[in-house]
Amino acid sequence: MSTRRGAGAQAGLRTGPSIWLAAPAMTFFAVFALVPLVGVVALSFMNWDGLDAPTFAGADNWARILTDPVTLDAMKLSLVLTVATWVTQFPTSLLLGVFMAGSQRYREWFSILYFLPLLFSSAAVGIAFKALLDPNFGLGSALGLDFLNKDWLGDPNLSMPTLVFVIAWSFVPFHSLLYQGAARQLPASVFEAAMIDGAGRVNTFLHITVPMLRSTIVTSSTLMIVGSLTYFDLIFVMTAGGPGNATRILPLDMYLRGFRAYDMGGASVVGVILVVVGVGVSYALNRASGNTKMESTLEGA
Amino acid sequence: MIFNSRRGFLAVAASAAVVALTACSGGAQPSGPGGAASATGAGFTAWALTGGTSEKAFKASFEEWNTANPTAQVKSDFFANDAYKEKIRTAVGSGNAPTLIYSWAGGTLQDYAKNGKVVDLTGKLGSLEPRIVTSVLDTGKVDGKLYAVPNNNAQPVVMYYNKDLFAKAGIAAAPTTWAELLDAVAKLKAAGVQTPIALAGQSVWPELMWLEYLTDRIGGPDAFKAVATGQADAWKNAAFVQACQKIQELVDAGAFGDKYGSVVADSGADVALLHTGKAGMLLQGAWVFGTFLTDAPDFVKAGKLGFANFPTVDGGTGDPKNIVGNPANFWSVSASASPEAQASAIKYLDTMLFNETYTDTLIASGAVPVTNDAEAKVKASDQAAFLGYAYSMVKDAPSFQLSWDQALTAAPAQALLTNLSQVFLKKQTPEQFVEAMAAVK
Repeated sequence: MSTRRGAGAQAGLRTGPSIWLAAPAMTFFAVFALVPLVGVVALSFMNWDGLDAPTFAGADNWARILTDPVTLDAMKLSLVLTVATWVTQFPTSLLLGVFMAGSQRYREWFSILYFLPLLFSSAAVGIAFKALLDPNFGLGSALGLDFLNKDWLGDPNLSMPTLVFVIAWSFVPFHSLLYQGAARQLPASVFEAAMIDGAGRVNTFLHITVPMLRSTIVTSSTLMIVGSLTYFDLIFVMTAGGPGNATRILPLDMYLRGFRAYDMGGASVVGVILVVVGVGVSYALNRASGNTKMESTLEGA
Repeated sequence: MIFNSRRGFLAVAASAAVVALTACSGGAQPSGPGGAASATGAGFTAWALTGGTSEKAFKASFEEWNTANPTAQVKSDFFANDAYKEKIRTAVGSGNAPTLIYSWAGGTLQDYAKNGKVVDLTGKLGSLEPRIVTSVLDTGKVDGKLYAVPNNNAQPVVMYYNKDLFAKAGIAAAPTTWAELLDAVAKLKAAGVQTPIALAGQSVWPELMWLEYLTDRIGGPDAFKAVATGQADAWKNAAFVQACQKIQELVDAGAFGDKYGSVVADSGADVALLHTGKAGMLLQGAWVFGTFLTDAPDFVKAGKLGFANFPTVDGGTGDPKNIVGNPANFWSVSASASPEAQASAIKYLDTMLFNETYTDTLIASGAVPVTNDAEAKVKASDQAAFLGYAYSMVKDAPSFQLSWDQALTAAPAQALLTNLSQVFLKKQTPEQFVEAMAAVK
């Protein structure tokens, strides 16, 4: 693999655009992300119900939340959701993306179809699926298919798999698009060489396409993992953390504590944990994949 | 993080901007966020709930006020139940509350009053106050001062039933005892009804009605009064454990079917189950009678909708005439509104609330206004059967227990709902439930 891109970046340090170009973005970031973040850290050491003036609580909130079985359970559920999301979405979107990268006409039509879920907002997707999955008045009873009339969102054993499915439905198109773009950029010469060497379809895919898509795999996996750690809207619309606490992942735990029980201190603790874990995980993924070296996987690109 | 190159730095900055922008546009804002603050001059704002029986009455009344007061217009927004409860607290806490705050009184009102968020209305509503039923008006008082006035109807929780299905299953009358209830469930199941009792399990608060009534029938209203007044070991009262046991007995008998976890009350799915003949019974507030009238007028007109008191439990000490529910909904006046807006709002409350049109609209949509002078009108209305029933139910009740999730303050109320849903799912035993509730501070 060439290291020319890395060298280019080095040169860019001296001749690139002024750092002031980042000022508007950084201002936004400071006002809407850093300042609230500091506020949340401060709140995590206070008791506040949203009405009174906040009072200082020391480390009480932290001790309380870190031993609260509901939050501990939420951590486990977050982990389960993250793993399940990655396991379902990564192979599906990789295969779909590479499939869509082909230039055949019918594949373009498929691409358009696959792309559709990306156009809908999470809340709309949630409400629509909630209606479709309704065991009494949903799709199953409309079509007379009784096996569809399960208590999808109301049974603690079914609700999480159902959510994983709907989340995959909404996000696989986006990740497929990433893979499609990346696969289209792969140099044809490598594939021609492989063909001449007699590599079959499966071998070409496993030994050439997948390794060359490494950077895209890292990007897409980071988005999937960090995204599902902090995922909120669809789950809130579909189950609001229920039944019981069966889908109460960390972001929902934070929200329900803050805006249903008005325990802003406790909610802030969960919020801080989320930020630390989210930043930590994405940094670790970046490091582990060697992405910081900015190596190109595209020969000659 | 150390940026190895400018490219990396820019990438982070750009994604940060995206995050920041998303953060701005995100968040649950069901309606115009500036709605509360945008009333000018002597005009004022009001937020209330969609659906139910009172939306029509509110809207008609606001229109009437606006026609009569062109310089002091009221601007109203209507929200779904769950969304409203979350939005209003933040709005009140941040000083962006509407002038008229809709509430259920109880724990929330105590919080508002304690923090000076609502105006003391004592003595300011000379022409309205004497007309309101005393027990309901008292719910709007905190420490003897009037902070909220009722704005609609008494809402006892009623056992509705589908007379057609009862006839088909061979059940002669609405169950009056626990044994009869179990028997009715068995007969309905035998007649092929998959969901003998409709229950909006996903909304959770309808589950609370079962606990409220069962506790009352078993141990009387004092069991929960001890909890609400913060007495030590109040949850240790045996009535709570027994009530949870009865609940699990019903779940085991398949009384709620196997799909109640997906049923949502906000969309009226539990009501629909009953009038579409998929469920035999429904324990819900009197406010859903309005939903029946709108969604299934023929069903109601044909007299297929039955209603009854909650059955008694053998060996229980509670009076079978005791009821639970919401004495009414309430208006409070926000202390953060301008003095002009407050004055207009108070004038509105004093002159327009429960006037002729208001009372007529409430009754026509199937609600019993909480005024002393409503009885004659109720008797003359098209819906006299249900309204008369609800009116006398309230009048004759020795105790009218405010819904527990409203009587308690926010944190214990949430813990109560989550733990109770675990009881219905059989993820918690009755003993664990009581233990978990006793541990909540």
